[in-house]
Amino acid sequence: MNSRGKSFLVSLLVVFILPALVIYVIFSFYGKRPDQRAEVHVEFSADHVASTDHSEFEILQKEFNAPQEVTEACISCHTGRDDEIMASAHWKWEREVEIPGREGKVSIGKKNLINNFCTGAAGNNGSCMRCHIGFGWKDKSFDFTDSRNVDCLVCHDQTETYLKKKGEAGMPATPENASLQFPVPNYNYVAQNVGLPKKHNCGICHFYGGGGNNVKHGDLEEALLSCSYEVDVHMSSDSLDMNCIDCHKTEKHNITGKLYSVSSENKNRATCASCHTDRPHMDRILDEHCFKVACQTCHIPKYAKVNSTKMWWDWSKAGQLDEHDQSYAETDADGNHNYLSIKGSFVWDDNVIPEYYWFNGTADHYLNSDTISEVPVKINTLFGSYEDPTSKIWPVKVHRGKQIYDTENNTLINLKLFAKNEGEGAFWKDFDYDTAAYLGMKYNERPYSGSYDFIASEAYWPINHMVSPKEATLTCTECHSRDGRLSGLDDFYLPGRDYASIVEYGGIGFILLSLLGVISHGIMRIASRRKIRSY
Amino acid sequence: MKTKKIELYSKFERFWHWTQGVLVILLGITGFEIHGSFRLFGYETSVRLHSAAAWAFLILIALAIFWMFISKQYKNFIPTSKNIKAQINYYISGIFKGAAHPTKKTKLDKLNPLQRLVYLGLIILVFPVQLISGFLYMYYHYPNKPVELTGLETVAIIHVIGAFLLVVFLIVHLYLITTGTTPLTNLKAMITGFEVVEEDEELIKNQV
Repeated sequence: MNSRGKSFLVSLLVVFILPALVIYVIFSFYGKRPDQRAEVHVEFSADHVASTDHSEFEILQKEFNAPQEVTEACISCHTGRDDEIMASAHWKWEREVEIPGREGKVSIGKKNLINNFCTGAAGNNGSCMRCHIGFGWKDKSFDFTDSRNVDCLVCHDQTETYLKKKGEAGMPATPENASLQFPVPNYNYVAQNVGLPKKHNCGICHFYGGGGNNVKHGDLEEALLSCSYEVDVHMSSDSLDMNCIDCHKTEKHNITGKLYSVSSENKNRATCASCHTDRPHMDRILDEHCFKVACQTCHIPKYAKVNSTKMWWDWSKAGQLDEHDQSYAETDADGNHNYLSIKGSFVWDDNVIPEYYWFNGTADHYLNSDTISEVPVKINTLFGSYEDPTSKIWPVKVHRGKQIYDTENNTLINLKLFAKNEGEGAFWKDFDYDTAAYLGMKYNERPYSGSYDFIASEAYWPINHMVSPKEATLTCTECHSRDGRLSGLDDFYLPGRDYASIVEYGGIGFILLSLLGVISHGIMRIASRRKIRSY
Repeated sequence: MKTKKIELYSKFERFWHWTQGVLVILLGITGFEIHGSFRLFGYETSVRLHSAAAWAFLILIALAIFWMFISKQYKNFIPTSKNIKAQINYYISGIFKGAAHPTKKTKLDKLNPLQRLVYLGLIILVFPVQLISGFLYMYYHYPNKPVELTGLETVAIIHVIGAFLLVVFLIVHLYLITTGTTPLTNLKAMITGFEVVEEDEELIKNQV
């Protein structure tokens, strides 16, 4: 080959082939996410095989006249289990906790906290305490030390026939008050068929909090009993069909996991990482997000995927009666109540995009000794900030509304809502706010001035369930863009969203100036060359 | 006037130049996509390409520095005040009158005084700032040891300033390569390595 040809080939190599090779390598090896499956470490609790057949036990053959007799039979073999239960929050409905910013310990839980749904359980025991795992917590006289009051069956029933009657503070129907909907349970049949709790056991209370399916959580509802993979990858009947206790690991009746609508401390939590590890993506860039972003944020892009959840509850509209002085209901296009005389007006929504907040696993609550310091009143406060290294961005359902408060004492009011009969002062029977407030506050041993109004409030419910398939996971630009999902979370610099205006305008200005400069310089060169030629 | 054809740009130099060129353009496009300025490859792809291109760029710069020292080519980037006024005058007036280039090229003196300044600025200022801020951006997340870096803000803003400067450099550079003897002279030289230069020993001697 002659030297010309050789130098052409060398030039081709150094000027084109080698640079192109570098770019080719970058695009083909680094342009895509590596396709590797992460390991998952799982032991399903519910795969446990029962070691005994309860139907063969003589003690479960006898005739039971009351549910407490079943409990006696249970703990005659399962000794000490009653003590475990009676130490749990499921029994006590309160926990001793330290809350950042408050002195000493406080004992809080469903037992004494105020919310912006039905304002609070205490004083409405007949209705609310149906979901207590005991029998008959109808007022303050309930004996929390009597293990005969523990209801073993509500969690361990495998027959799906064990039901507690409405309005009876956790008692199943008796021969006196049985109905077609709530018959007296067949205690022998139920007790002989007990087992580890399944979804329906937990769901019978946790799906229906707030007086109906999916009212409160938004991500926990009856559709999870049999849902598609798109709704929940873990609980879907098409795939793993996992039970609650597969993630909410339980030792000696201490169940991991809790919700910060009633909890405060960063303890005893159920985490994704316990199966998926804290570096689950097999990819550095994605794994690094775990420093600051909760798994739930990307993997639960929306909640209430099947049935709607309550987003807004306005108590100030409650109490309107129809022309016959009767309470009434109005229903929206999806079949959800948007007005009830007994409760006020509501807004429901499905496929809801969560709000996002920093959260470090600790939370404050409006305690019934507090006065109102800000509007909207925060029923609970999730602590966290970008600066706090233990905080992550979490998806949150925020339940907003207007609820009754004492205008003189500047306190939120516990309402007496439930009673069996008219004339007992309960709002749901008599529609008199003043009496209901007086009785509710009296039961809770709090002062009531006699003057009330309605005030905006917000409750923050972190979202944890309804994990989507990986194909539906949030994409980068859902957050990394000018008006993405995180546009409200502005205490840090987020690539793709944030910029310094002065740099942005300065930079673009400088680019335009340089373009203007080279274009005019070029035009002048062309013009002057013509001139020189024409000489 | 006697002229001769000399190899102005060696094989490595041309490889360095063109690879650096495509890498800077790729880094610019993917970087501004990450910055939110437009969408092109897709955000995640841009992030991955940007990271890989950054590593390639770092390796290339390391090779270039090594080459500059063993071949003494670093001398091309040492600034000089000689001729600087003449060069400025050439760009703002001489060029329109058909005047000759004030700076003559030799193997060890191929850059005019303005190029020396700008390229030195790139090599010792803009590239290091972009590399350091870029690698901090990529790897130094949320720690407080040995130095506290609360968030990406400072690093990101410095990186974006550097990016804007590089865009401006690219625009001006692309234009100025057309100011050779003919509009394509400089481009051809950077491709073939050869350029026809004046063989005026006196002038060249005086220059260095």
